[in-house]
Amino acid sequence: MSALGTVFLQSSNFIDSAYIVAFMLLIYGMTGLTGPRTAVRGNKIAAVGMAIAVVATLLRQHEFSGSGTVWLILLGVVIGTVIGIPAALRVKMTAMPQMVAIFNGVGGGAVALIAWVEYRHGFGGGFPLRVEIFELFGAIVGSVSFWGSNIAFGKLQEILPGRPIKLPGQAGINFLLFAVTVVSAVVLAAGTHSQALFILGILVAAAVLGNMLVLPIGGADMPVVISLLNAFTGLSAAATGLALANPVMIVAGMIVGASGTILTNEMAKAMNRTVPSIVAGGFGGAVAAPAGGGGESGGTVRSTSAQDVAIQLAYARQVVIAPGYGMAVAQAQHAVRELERALEAKGVEVKYAIHPVAGRMPGHMNVLLAEADVPYDLLKEMDDINPEFSRTDVTLVIGANDVTNPAANTDPSSPIYGMPILEVDKSGAVVVLKRSMASGFAGIDNPLFYDPKTSMLFGDAKASVSELTSEVQAL
Amino acid sequence: MNTLVIDIAVLVLAGFVGYTVISKVPNTLHTPLMSGTNAIHGIVVLGGLLLMAESSGFLEKLLLVIAVAFGTINVVGGFLVTDRMLGMFKTKDRPAAKDGESKP
Repeated sequence: MSALGTVFLQSSNFIDSAYIVAFMLLIYGMTGLTGPRTAVRGNKIAAVGMAIAVVATLLRQHEFSGSGTVWLILLGVVIGTVIGIPAALRVKMTAMPQMVAIFNGVGGGAVALIAWVEYRHGFGGGFPLRVEIFELFGAIVGSVSFWGSNIAFGKLQEILPGRPIKLPGQAGINFLLFAVTVVSAVVLAAGTHSQALFILGILVAAAVLGNMLVLPIGGADMPVVISLLNAFTGLSAAATGLALANPVMIVAGMIVGASGTILTNEMAKAMNRTVPSIVAGGFGGAVAAPAGGGGESGGTVRSTSAQDVAIQLAYARQVVIAPGYGMAVAQAQHAVRELERALEAKGVEVKYAIHPVAGRMPGHMNVLLAEADVPYDLLKEMDDINPEFSRTDVTLVIGANDVTNPAANTDPSSPIYGMPILEVDKSGAVVVLKRSMASGFAGIDNPLFYDPKTSMLFGDAKASVSELTSEVQAL
Repeated sequence: MNTLVIDIAVLVLAGFVGYTVISKVPNTLHTPLMSGTNAIHGIVVLGGLLLMAESSGFLEKLLLVIAVAFGTINVVGGFLVTDRMLGMFKTKDRPAAKDGESKP
């Protein structure tokens, strides 16, 4: 390449233009995600945008003249690639919540590390205030996101117990930690001389805060937590972009922040709870005692057999399947698809009812069923399927509990009263596939199980569904 | 100061764009959306790249190599896993997907 060409490629005008192209492609790619048909292409377009942003940054060669810099960058990229590619190719769809959690974490971690390095440079008031403020924001939020995500990962991966872990006076401790972080940040930003320990103090306090925030949150609240951490990571990336005056980082980070915020709100709405109350945590453990009431109403549970259910299903006109986290745990999605096929072969119309917070992350059930080749047009959102239950002959509840609990509509004393649910109790008959009579995550008794038109098929979800399939095929 | 105002304007506008675009993403695609945004916040890798040249001393270089590695995991892993996931979403019969079904 000619010398002139090289100069042009390294000129800041060229690099800035490349940045603009990059974030245009990122945004355009995201618009593809509005429908499953365009999504694959959209994702690829976004990836191209990202590649352009990285290459444009690397073109600033004059800044990379230092010895070994290129090799260090290469080292980081190689390590990341060697970890990232196999992880992405091997992860099971049932493990996607963990994957997303840990990805949120590393993103936040990267932001915190970058802020740390920036700070080591800026000691002695060498930095303008804007850089300090945004780097500090990034350091705090990134660190909270990193540690919080690790805890979320641990819980989802079942390294840590899924139940809420809570200290007495936790809210106070959290507030104190938050205060320590903010005060240290202010001292650091206002200070004129070097205060090396404060940045470490901030990172450590934010780390503890991240742990403390997620530990008390139980498994079923994970969709909200993961979305929230996603938003945190995005916002911290945007803050780093502001500190470094880098437009692509600002735009990309902010889009992720917006996405995480939207999902957080949607998940909270689907649980009829506020984000602060979810973050306060402890749902389940604390509420269970008053709500449980030990086999309330003394109702009897009707247990049934696979043969009976198969007959019910095979002679129905419309069957709705309502899956929950139990289906993911039992890895039953493929078996469910087999059952759907067997029923369709008998002329039964089968649809799936997907509650927004079924599973451990937004859209968890959809991905599992997509993996099992279920066409996505059979997956119905709550608002679309609820009016259909009255026309449904049999609803098959597989590993879902609280999201089908009619007490949310009828019993004002129930802790989940007001939460939008799948109104499976409106259908002609309900069959609940369940391992045992243990109550759901929230520890709330489910009157659905005692409804005279409900029958229970106990056992492992996958085994039960496979048995149903062979019974249906034998009919 | 001037550039700060412009940067913040960009931030605000990006927020609105993000809100508008993401609001239209259907529930079905929420998991791919999250893994896709995982990839996009991997943009922090740029921060690592930019600072690497200015860094001095073992600690800083180590921190930045880790940061670059983290960012790369996000970018590479995020886009790949999203692509893999999105490839699984299919309609009943590929071509005639939408008009295939009518209300009973």
